[in-house]
Amino acid sequence: MCVMAVALQAIHDQTQTGAGPSVIDLEEVGYSYGGGELLTGITLRLAPGSFHFLTGPSGAGKTTFLKLCYGALVPTAGHVRLFNQDVRGLSRDGIAFARRRIGVVHQDCQFLDHLSLAENIALPLTVSGQDRLEAQANLKELMGWVGLSDRMTALPPELSGGERQRAALARALILSPDVVLADEPTGNVDWEMSQRLLQLLVELNKMGKTIMIATHDLGLIRAAKSHVQARVLRISQRRLQLAGADL
Amino acid sequence: MSRFSLSALTDMLSVDTGADRVVPPTGFTARLTLFTAGAMAFLAVFALALSMASGRLASNWRDALAGSATLRISAPAGQMAAQTERALAILSQTPGVAEARALNPDEQRDLLEPWFGPDLPVESLPVPQLIEIRETGDGYDGDGLRLRLQAELPGAVLDDHTRWRRPLVEAAGRLKILGWLAIGLIFGAMGAMITLAANAALAANAQVIQVLRLVGATDTYIARAFVRRFTIRALIGAFAGVIAGLVAVLLLPSAGAEAGILTGLRFQGLDWLWPFLVPPLAAVVAFAATRWAAMRVLEDLS
Repeated sequence: MCVMAVALQAIHDQTQTGAGPSVIDLEEVGYSYGGGELLTGITLRLAPGSFHFLTGPSGAGKTTFLKLCYGALVPTAGHVRLFNQDVRGLSRDGIAFARRRIGVVHQDCQFLDHLSLAENIALPLTVSGQDRLEAQANLKELMGWVGLSDRMTALPPELSGGERQRAALARALILSPDVVLADEPTGNVDWEMSQRLLQLLVELNKMGKTIMIATHDLGLIRAAKSHVQARVLRISQRRLQLAGADL
Repeated sequence: MSRFSLSALTDMLSVDTGADRVVPPTGFTARLTLFTAGAMAFLAVFALALSMASGRLASNWRDALAGSATLRISAPAGQMAAQTERALAILSQTPGVAEARALNPDEQRDLLEPWFGPDLPVESLPVPQLIEIRETGDGYDGDGLRLRLQAELPGAVLDDHTRWRRPLVEAAGRLKILGWLAIGLIFGAMGAMITLAANAALAANAQVIQVLRLVGATDTYIARAFVRRFTIRALIGAFAGVIAGLVAVLLLPSAGAEAGILTGLRFQGLDWLWPFLVPPLAAVVAFAATRWAAMRVLEDLS
């Protein structure tokens, strides 16, 4: 109980001081759906270059929390600020522009099955109308980085679970976002592949990107802690807490 | 929902192969849009032809009967010539009467022939004498002329054709309005059908929209992919429908001596160009319908 109180105080102190800039800022956020309260009283400030893990049991609200962090959901209480702009004050286009600075890796990856892998990864460039030559250079480099150079013309249904996860990561990174939010990025891959994906995310963090990974794979978190200074958060009973020292 | 403006129109229709590619082609809605636009354009050509034919009919009736009148003189046989002379004299003195001419027995027989046959002995029957009157551009004072005729020739009746002309012109005018109303309804129905097709396409691509939003696509970008596709389909379908409609109108019997309204449905002169306005109009309708549907669906999905 005492440890928990200290942990909550630590979160409170870290988020309330206001010291330093933040990329995503949640203030007393709550989210209710269908009359039920899914999340409540969440206050968190993601500083640039920070690395976070988000854990919690299945159904605790990790995905809902991430959706609040990239404006897919609007909180029913409190405030979510993306790059210092309250999502409630943003138009749908405003949220779209904010999302271009946030790379999202979904658990189920979500690709457009009629487009090739290269076209899928380049989709953020396509929708943001970025220069085509530059885009092609970025795309080749990125596909090489995630080890998918030889799969450029493959269609998403032809990919393995690991390839899909890496492709989703590549797509999330193609616009060189400030933040990467990954929801169970290693959920469908073996241990070796999950280590490889983790290594990619650690490298990104070292480049200054803010990373948040939602996972219930405690082994992945322990493995990451030997490479990067990560803060581990837990959602439990609709609230956000700092995870215990066992992690 | 964002405001409809010229910039929205150009933005929506701007060529972006990327935006066109992100939405998978959907056979059902594509065929539905093409067929709807084609069928509606085909009907629009006929409605246009009907409206224009009615307009011509109204104009013909108006021109044929306007500016003329008939004076009918009923008198005993012995006084007929004198009263006709007197009537012609009065008419020649009346301002606004350009010409007055008594019909000869042959002309009167021709008028009665449809009812009594060709062998009618007009001379032996107490048939009134008819005087054809042509007005000047300014026209004559009908009430004043009637009063004078009443005073000097009590058996004379002036018929300025108003009672014949007005209902005919009104009927033709209403037919013309009906034609335009039909065109409006056709485009309205086309808009409704395309809205349904667009809604079906949007619903079928909900996951595509979700992915596009995930990667930062704006509503305009997402809507553009659907709007351009439906607009182009409507344009192509309507163009095919117009060509088919024009061929069908061409195949109608030409207006002859016995021409009624149906045989007069063909366009005349530059009127043949009017149907070519149908495809761009169909495209505008498709653009507005799809954009409205897309924006509404995107708003609902947010």
